[in-house]
Amino acid sequence: MDVFGFFLDPANWQGPDGIPVRLVEHLALSLAAVLAATAVGLPIGLFIGHTGRFANLAINTSNIGRAVPSFALMVALLPIALDLAPVLGYPPALGLSFLPIFLAMTLLAIPPILVNAYAGLRSVDRDLLEAGRGQGLRERQILRDLELPLASNIIVGGFRTATLQVIATATIGAILSGGGLGRYIIDGVSRNQPDRLFAGAVLVTTLALVVDGLLALAQRRLTPRALRGPAVGRGGSLPAGGEAAA
Amino acid sequence: MEDKPLVDWAWIGDHLDDVVVRLFQHLQLTAIPVALGFVISLGLAIWAIRRPIVYGPTTAITGLLYTIPSIAAFAFLRPIFGLSLLTAIIPLTTYTLLILFRSNVSGFQSVPADVLEAAEGMGYTRRERLRRVELPLAIPLMITGIRLASVTTVGLATVAAILGDSFGGLGQFITEGLQTFFPTKIYLGAVLSVALAFSLDILFVRIELWATPWARARAEQTA
Repeated sequence: MDVFGFFLDPANWQGPDGIPVRLVEHLALSLAAVLAATAVGLPIGLFIGHTGRFANLAINTSNIGRAVPSFALMVALLPIALDLAPVLGYPPALGLSFLPIFLAMTLLAIPPILVNAYAGLRSVDRDLLEAGRGQGLRERQILRDLELPLASNIIVGGFRTATLQVIATATIGAILSGGGLGRYIIDGVSRNQPDRLFAGAVLVTTLALVVDGLLALAQRRLTPRALRGPAVGRGGSLPAGGEAAA
Repeated sequence: MEDKPLVDWAWIGDHLDDVVVRLFQHLQLTAIPVALGFVISLGLAIWAIRRPIVYGPTTAITGLLYTIPSIAAFAFLRPIFGLSLLTAIIPLTTYTLLILFRSNVSGFQSVPADVLEAAEGMGYTRRERLRRVELPLAIPLMITGIRLASVTTVGLATVAAILGDSFGGLGQFITEGLQTFFPTKIYLGAVLSVALAFSLDILFVRIELWATPWARARAEQTA
């Protein structure tokens, strides 16, 4: 096995199967899924956290999200995606690759975002909120000026979990002829090329570690200075956190 | 697949023995890593409780291992161990460490300080105190960790099937169904792995209740 050879070969750095193109595919797909999941999960999580209503929904979402394997979900969505593609006006090929991958990534990214938004808001001291109300703050101001800043550490932790989940799921998506860095792993297996397989693993792992490191920095930056503890975890408390490996 | 129904029940009926074998393999792919991970993380947790300086680096390293996407972890090991069970077991074990280490540490931390003092006052040695006071009291949170780790491992174990057909388990149904475009197998693998995850979840909730008679008594008192 010659891993360095794979990275030194200029052919692997250009064209549609080159590392830059695969990296951009991976990032674009991941970003799209995280944005879509945020659009759905964040408002619901903030609503549940702020009002305290439907709290069971948040907890059950996290449990279901943990139990559904990304690989199983993606493949199970395949027949649905095939039927859905023409309805959305997509060419059938997208129903076979992009659509099920994107749907699975989005569905799996919703629970950590939703649950951490809920858990974050719930972690804010009730007395503080009452004090805010006593000072005449409106509910919207309480959410924006008190709850969001105080919960930002946990909320961003949810994005970290969701993003990692999405990057991992995008990798698996290569089995449905999706693009991204997972191609090297899947093709490495099917063509029996250990170099390609190993190089794919190196690339995906590096991507996950770099993105997680950047998000950890962002998490620290967004946390009000007074609340910055020594070690900042990814999820909330253990039983409530929506963490799931992929 | 135009005229075929989405799920071919007759096929499932004819292959029930296959289903049992795969289910059993999947349980094995879950139980071995969780058991190994528990032993390793229990040792790490005891160490971290005695020497708090260990806690930070251990969470950092287990967190780092947890960050590696599962398919990449399997891909790293395949050229080394080939299609042996080690390729699946090693990453699945390292994934449990973050969850189990944290839950074991919080288990030990949940033991009230005065209980520890009382044990010391009664002349327990450190080892006796660990075995007879700290471990039993830490069990509820430890079981919570085992429950989360098991459910997560059930899901991750399906991914191992992508790397080759010798690990078995329910993921095998999914990859085979995909290769032959036979939706019945895909759904069988997906539904069974989710069902397995939920069953384990319920099982461990039960075990937790059973292992903590004092919590049960308290619940009955207040009810």
